[in-house]
This record gives sequence, C-alpha cells and structure tokens, in this order.
Amino acid sequence: MQELIVRAKELLASGQVARVLGWKKGEHSYDPEVAFFNDAESLQDFVYDGFCGANLSKYMIEASKLEGKTLVFLKPCDSYSFVQLMKEHRVDREKAYIIGVGCWGKLDVRKLGAEGILDVEIAGDVLKVSSLYGDSEVAYKDAMLERCHVCKGKEHKVFDETLLESADTVDLDRFAEVERIEAMSPEEKFAYFQSELSKCIRCNACRNVCPACSCRKCVFDSTAFNSEQKANTTSFEEKMFHIIRAFHVAGRCTDCGECSRVCPQGIPLHLFNRKFIKDINRLYGEYQAGADLEEKAPLTSFQTDDAEPGADRR
Amino acid sequence: MRRIGVFVCHCGSNIAATVDVKKVVEMALLEQGVVHAEDYPYMCSEAGQSRIAEAIREKQLEGIVVCSCSPRMHEATFRKCAERNGLNPYLVEIANIREHCSWIHKDMQEATEKAVILMRAAVAKVHLNAPLLAGESAVTKRALVIGGGIAGIQTALDIADAGYHVDIVEKEPSIGGRMSQLDKTFPTLDCSACILTPKMVEAASHENITIHTWSEVEKVSGFVGNFTVDIRKKARYVNMDKCTGCGICQEKCPSKKPLNEFNRGLNNRSAIYTPFAQAIPNVPVIDASACIKLNTGKCGICEKFCQAGAIDYKQQDEIITEQYGAIVVATGFDTIKLDKYGEYAYNESKDVITSLELERIMNAAGPTKGHLERLSDGKAPKEIVFIQCVGSRCSDDRGKPYCSKICCMYTAKHAMLIRDKYPDTNVTVFYIDVRTPGKNFDEFYRRAVEDYGVNYVKGQVGKVAPQPDGSLLVHGVDLLENKQILKKADMVVLATAIEPNPDVRKIATMLTASIDTNNFLTEAHPKLRPVESPTAGVFLSGVCQGPKDIPETVAQAGAAAVKVIGLLAKDKLKTNPCTAKADELRCNGCSQCANVCPYGAISYETKQVNDHGIREERRIAVVNSALCQGCGACTVTCPSGAMDLQGFSNRQIIAEVDAICR
Amino acid sequence: MPVTENWKPTIVAFCCNWCSYAGADLAGSSRLAYPADVKIIKVPCSCRVNPMFILRAFEKGADGVILCGCHPGDCHYSTGNYYARRRMTLLFSMLDYLGVEDGRTRVEWVSAAEGVKFSETMNSFVEKVRALGPNVRLGDLRCKN
Repeated sequence: MQELIVRAKELLASGQVARVLGWKKGEHSYDPEVAFFNDAESLQDFVYDGFCGANLSKYMIEASKLEGKTLVFLKPCDSYSFVQLMKEHRVDREKAYIIGVGCWGKLDVRKLGAEGILDVEIAGDVLKVSSLYGDSEVAYKDAMLERCHVCKGKEHKVFDETLLESADTVDLDRFAEVERIEAMSPEEKFAYFQSELSKCIRCNACRNVCPACSCRKCVFDSTAFNSEQKANTTSFEEKMFHIIRAFHVAGRCTDCGECSRVCPQGIPLHLFNRKFIKDINRLYGEYQAGADLEEKAPLTSFQTDDAEPGADRR
Repeated sequence: MRRIGVFVCHCGSNIAATVDVKKVVEMALLEQGVVHAEDYPYMCSEAGQSRIAEAIREKQLEGIVVCSCSPRMHEATFRKCAERNGLNPYLVEIANIREHCSWIHKDMQEATEKAVILMRAAVAKVHLNAPLLAGESAVTKRALVIGGGIAGIQTALDIADAGYHVDIVEKEPSIGGRMSQLDKTFPTLDCSACILTPKMVEAASHENITIHTWSEVEKVSGFVGNFTVDIRKKARYVNMDKCTGCGICQEKCPSKKPLNEFNRGLNNRSAIYTPFAQAIPNVPVIDASACIKLNTGKCGICEKFCQAGAIDYKQQDEIITEQYGAIVVATGFDTIKLDKYGEYAYNESKDVITSLELERIMNAAGPTKGHLERLSDGKAPKEIVFIQCVGSRCSDDRGKPYCSKICCMYTAKHAMLIRDKYPDTNVTVFYIDVRTPGKNFDEFYRRAVEDYGVNYVKGQVGKVAPQPDGSLLVHGVDLLENKQILKKADMVVLATAIEPNPDVRKIATMLTASIDTNNFLTEAHPKLRPVESPTAGVFLSGVCQGPKDIPETVAQAGAAAVKVIGLLAKDKLKTNPCTAKADELRCNGCSQCANVCPYGAISYETKQVNDHGIREERRIAVVNSALCQGCGACTVTCPSGAMDLQGFSNRQIIAEVDAICR
Repeated sequence: MPVTENWKPTIVAFCCNWCSYAGADLAGSSRLAYPADVKIIKVPCSCRVNPMFILRAFEKGADGVILCGCHPGDCHYSTGNYYARRRMTLLFSMLDYLGVEDGRTRVEWVSAAEGVKFSETMNSFVEKVRALGPNVRLGDLRCKN
C-alpha cells in the first residue's frame, strides 16, 4: 500500500496528474470509501486492502470532465469496466493515468460471520474479527466476495503502469449457480426469484454503482417510456426494473459483481447478468465485455444463422 | 386533452355485417378526449371524406381515428383528407377493423368487442401523435439500369427518350442478353437478332445512354433520388477507344480451349473474344484465365497483330462512382442446372440438350451453322422428343414450384420450325398441360399440331436411356390413352426451367430490395405496383421479377421506365417523417445506436448542452433524417430511451399496449 | 383470477409493417379465422419492439405476447429482424429463467404472402396460452410475496 502512496505523491508532485482517485479510510477498518485526493497531504488517509472492492472506473466519467489528468487505481477486473466505458465514449483515456494494481481477492463483510463488527485485522490468510459480541477468526478465502472465486484473471486490460502482484483466487465455476437455477422447475425458479426480489427496497445502489448503468438519465427516472417509478409506492415493479436493467447492460456488463456487493439486502443480482452472459457465450460465441476495445458487441451484431428465440426450449 | 374524432366505416356490409358499428361509436364517445364519433357506409368515399372534413371544422378536431380497412389500403386517403382540411396528416390513426376483425370473426359480439379495443388503442395512440412534417430531398436526374438484355435496353431507351441520362451496367462483354441467343421468336417467327440488333445499336448511339459492359455493380448507398453507386469496370485488356473491331486478334489467338458461353458451351472460342458478331460494343475482351500472355508472360500474338495498338495487358479493374436518382434491376434469368435430374441423362448423352442449346443449334451463327444435327455424331436426327416442365411446376426441391411460362410456346415454335425445315423428322412433345394464354398464342400452338403434324402426348417422361447404338430410349406415359410409351429418339430436348440470374441475390442485398423464396425480386404490390420494388427508387424490369416472354418483358420495361421518368421529373422528393430522433439531454453518446443503423444515418456531434442548469460539452447522437428509413433498431439499443422513433414513439406504443391490455 | 371455461386470454401481437402486418391483412382478405383474443399493434420493423413493451403488456394484463416479423434475410430494412432475433432470444431465455411459462412468448416470421401461416400461428399460440391459463407470474411485476 505504501508504494501506491509514494507513486501517487510522485505523480502529483511532477504535475503529471492533477488528482488521485482511490480509496480512503472509512469509519471502521472494513468500510473504506471511494475518494478523490487533491494533494500529497490528503493521501495520508489513502488505503488499499482487502476491503477496497469498489470499482473506480465509473468515477472516471465525471473525472474525465475535470481539468488535467486523474490518477486512478484499477484492479484487473475494474480495467474491463474502464475499457467498456472507453468503447462507449464515456471516459476519456487521455484524462486518465492508470495504475493497474494487483489484487488477491476482495472481502465481503457479510461473510465475516459476525454482527456489530468493531474492527477487522487482516493477518495474512486469517481475518481477526472483533465485534460487540466477542472476537472470532475467519479464513481470508472464506470471506472473499463471490466474484473473486470466479475471477476473470490477473491481467489488466488497460494501464499506464502496474504495481503490486495479483494472486489466483479462482476456485468456483462461474456459471454453476446459474446452472443450478436453470435446472429447477418453473415453479421453483419463480419461487426463488420471487423471494429474492421481494427483498428489494429500490434503493438504486445497484444502479448507481454499476459501471454499465451510466446513463445520464435512467429510463426509470424519465418519462421516455411512461415507466418512471418511485420507491415506496405500490407501483414499483421489481421484476420489470431488474429484468430491464439486466437487459440494458447485456453484452456490456463485464461481470464486475459490484451490484451484488453493494446491495444492502444481499440480493444476488449478478445472477441476472450472468444468465445473459452465459446465453451469449453459448449462442453467439464467447464474449467478455471490456476485454477488447474493437470487438463487436453481441447485441449490436448478428449472424444470419443465429438461433431462433426459444428454439432450445421447444 | 386533445379533441379527437372517431369515424367508423361500415365498408358496405364488409364491416357492418360482423361489427356493431353503432356500438363502436357509442363506446368511442366514452373515451377520453373523444368529442365526435360517427359511422358511415363508406368513409373513403367522397361523401364519407366530406363528413370528416365537416367534423374537423365544426368540432375543431386535433386528432382523428378512422375505424376501417387496413391502413395499407386507405391510410394515405385519410391523411390527405386531414391535410386538405388543415389537420396535420400524421394526426390520423387507422384502427383496422376489417382485415384484422370483421373478416376473420363470425360472432358479432366478439368482433364488436375487439373492434372497440382496436378503436381504443388507436385513440390512445393519436393522443400522443406529434404533427410531423415531411422533409424534402433533391433528385439526381440520372438513372442506372442493371442488366443489358432486352428488358434493360428497352427501359434505358424509354428513359433516355424522355430526356434523362441512363447508364446501363452489363456484366458480359456485350449487351443483348438472352434474347441475342435466340434464333426465332414466337408467335411471329421473326428472327431474334433482326429485331434486337437495331435496339442495341439505338441504345449504343443514344446521346443519353452510357453503356458499361464487362462491368458490375459493386456497392450501393443512399436512398431514393440520391443513390451513390460504385461500378467495377473489369479489365478488358483492350483499349475501347483504339479498337476498330476488325477481329484479327480472335482469329490469330492460339488459345482456343475455353467453352463458348454464348453458344451454351457447345463449342469453343478464343481467349480474346467478342461473344457474337453483332456484339455491342464490338470490342473484344481477354479472358484472363485462358490468355497465355497473362498467365505465362509469353505469347503476345494479339498485340503483335493488332494494327490499332489496342491490346493492353496491363489494364486493371477500375472502380467508378456515379450518382443516380433511380435504379432499375433488369438482371434476367438463366436456365437451371440439371444435375438433380439424372433420369433425363443430360450429363450422359450429348444428344440430350436444353431448349436454349437447341436455339443455338438452330441458329446460323451457332455451333452447327444452323444445321439440325446430333452433337454426338453430326447425323441429322429423325426422331426428336421434347420433354416439357423439366424443373418447372415441381413439388420437390429438385426444381422450381412455379411455371416458367415461356416453355410451352418456344417448344411449339421449335417443333414447328423443325417440321417445316426437315419434314421427314418426327417430333413428339411430352407435356403436363399446354399453356398458351397470350395474343395469337393458342393459334400458334394449334398450327404446330394441326398444320405441322407435331405429336403432342399428355404425360410425363420417367427416364431417358442412352442405347448402345447411340439412340435414346424414352420411357413415357400417355395419360389420355392410359398406356406406357417406349420411344426411340435421336435427340431429346428438355424445356428446362428458368430461374433468376444467381447474381440478383447480391444485387438485391446491396439495394435492400426484397426477394422471394425463388430469388425473384418482390414487387411493392403484386397487382397494383408490379414494376416497383418495396424499396423506394428501385424498379423491376423483366424476368428478375417473374417469368415472362419478350412482349411482356418489353411492356414491363416500358412501365418501369415510366415510373423512373415520373420520379426523375420531380425536383424534390418528400421524405418519410417517421424517422428516429435523439433527445440530446438523455443521450449518452455511447454509439450503440450507430452500430445497428443499416443506413449509416447516425453520427455524433460534440455539443454544448444545458441540462437543467448543468452546462457542458457532450457527445450527442444526430440522425440524418434523409438517410433514416425509420426501422427503429436504434431505439431499442438505447438504454436511456434518448433515441425514439417519430410516429412510433415509445410512449405511443406503450399507450396502445395499455389500451389493449386494460 | 379463476380459470373458467369462458375465460378469454388477452394476446398482444406486434407485427412489422412490411411482412407480418401485410400477412395479417392477407389472412383477413382470405377470411382465415383466428381468435378475437389477438390484438395487433403495428410497428415498422420487429427491431422496433423494446423488451419494455413486452413486459408492460404482461404487467397490464396480457396473457401472451407474440412478435411477428419478416423472415430472416427478407427484412425490409435488411437487418432489423436479426437484431430482434437476438434480443428476443435473450429476453425469452431470461423469462424462462425467472420461472415464467415458456408458452406465453413467441417470435414467428411471417411474410406478406403467408396469410395461412399467420392464421395458423395465431390459432396455435392462443391455444397454448389458453392451456396455460391467466398470466399470474408477470401479471403483477411486483415481487412482494
């Protein structure tokens, strides 16, 4: 972590970058937040550890409008999102100085197995958790975010320089959960999603964090479709919102998993996106959004002999 | 709230017999904003339209719903009616209660309920219709004709005579097409070359016609009135300006192996060749695959003998780009391949030939100098069998489902000509039906039977078996006598089905013109717009649209020319206002819409916007409404709903959905 | 909603202007009957149909939604139905994943000449939706159970 701060100070001092986009200590050791640092002094609050899961690429949309370059730290998976945003002309590559930072898996606070957590000490492979109700330990691997168990790889898709080594964290099949649901009966599927989506409180955290959900004005907030919706009224249709949100990001979602990470209700929202990714891979060939700046996206291209809708279920 | 008028048409009894029109009127008056509703026996009539006019004036209507026949029938009528009476034509919606309701439902209550729902959907939509103004675009006063057969030549001549410039693009070295390969024409038996050649000469010498032979259309962009076309002028290796057409090069060329395409491959030609004596232009081309000089670097005999110095082995393909206001497709036909018809022994015996090959054999310039002889041994055939419908009217996938239309008549012609010139040769025709609708056609056929003694047998041929003695044993049936026939023949002629030129698929794709399952180009309307393609500015001439004979082809060629002239005579064209439009405050500038636009109509501009007080520069999609054809592909790729389609907006369609489902 | 013998489904059919709407017209002029439950909405091309329209129809009470367009390769706009095909393939697969009955959605390519196919398609689709009964799972797009 110190080398990131040192390098950031150098770049600020040389005038190569006007500011730094990174993570800042939060109230507790396990809740760092995204922050801009405008000078060397403010960097004393900079932090980079297992709790820095936040994908910074989306913040570069606004940072691209600012004067001068912004130094941004991107983990390997974040770099896919950045490339996808470049592809959509939403970020300006020239306005970014990208340090690709290594990653060894990020942590999910919900998996620490404790309530009322006061502090978490990362001691190598073990996390020492102290809470209002006592102390406990949990293996680092067991507390990793789901997305890290199915990590896309250690390679940065875009960077100016890289710092810190990444570690392999993959030990699960990315599509196993989708397949488990696909194998259910329609009644079971419906019951599963009904119970999951019923938790939705329409806080919009998934939408706000998603690098693909970067519309200047979301359809669900505008009058374009006569579909504007508000929270806490009976008219909010969770299914409509989540299906359409997944459809809008289909072929653009890099599977960064931020939606599920930030959902305060713990809804596995990535299962919508991953279903589309699985279908796209199966029907139209392997495609990873954000892996390639030039590659044609699956929903804005076609083959004349594509599968017919519903063909494989008849 | 808009003031809406609803007009319910009885269409005589077409609608009123199944839909309770009074009930529809009654229900319409309960809809929000509907201030007027009435029914009338024929809304499209003069009297019906004047009722609409009166209601617009007296009730100050701001939107109209006509519950009537399909919008494909009378939408234009009612829009014009609205326009004449001061209402924007795009504030008219049609509820299709005839084709989609009264004609398919029998129960009155059920049909009436559905008609009411369709009316409600139209009312809901028209509340959100925006008054649209058709734009204007200029017209390039020049036409392109693709194909230089009789269809293309006639179309070009008619357009050129009206004073507009026409370019003909022909892929062969000469214009003339299939007609130039024919010997005589039915039902008058005049020589094909004698009537075609003057037209070819006229086209070549016409001041308004430019002919590009040995050329192909490479790329088409643009839209009605403003097409941009790339034409590939293939390397001819002969300088058109210098060549005098003396023919010595062809005589001296040592490469004589290539099959003569003009004679249907029945004999050979030289590597440098003009396809036939009356070719226009009378300038040969070098067949690069057969030329010794081009392949090995040695030879150069033609260059040596050419006194005009016209040979140029270094010539390259050249792409020229031209602008046109209209395009006529006249790509013609070919006969089908007979590989799937093994029973006729076409690939086994030289004496089993197609009718088009017979045309070449009968022709004085053909491979046998016009003598009717067997290609196997040069002997005069004494027994000839004609087999009809080879690959036509076929129910399996070996042939074509349609009737090729010309075969009955040309077979009667062949039979008659043979009996006339070689009275000791017997001619038998196996047929399914003899179809002779056409002026003087049936008389012609009867003459073949009655005056020339041609033996017509109703029945099909199951097999043609080549015999060791060189003859052909034809196994047929006589359906009228109900008996098997075994007939020994010296020659068998197959009336082979015709199919559109295979290149037409590529051309149709470039033109975005639609094509049917048989590769014939589709008309805008099979009865009422037979020479127009559904793609504006693209017209159809000749067999590319469907099988037809020469007089029909010439008639259609003239009709296509009239449509082109009508188009080119306009200075400005009205453009469809139902185009896409981007809302600059909602647009992300992400380029997804441009990726799916088939017309390249979407571009991006960096623009200063004021988004509720936030002033910033943004990348914004801009639609070129002259290029946009209004498909709506862009609207669905746009996640923010910034891209919308005028006339079919998101809110309009949602309103229809809501009205139907409520 | 209790399923009674008299229950009639609400079916929304989106038809492209150039092929399928004309095919429906031909079914009409050929007097080829299909149930009155089908209500057609004209769109310029199958690629104009937004998944939002389909979900909206279900939300407002449709029991089945069918989309008809030109046959692949014959699109008036050359490529529209190819995009529609991918979009609907993914959308329908997602609905299936959510446990929505498969028979409620369908895409069929109907040309302007296929009046018979249009009528047969609508007959078989309505029959299937009738067998499924009223749409409950997408009828209320809220999830609270």
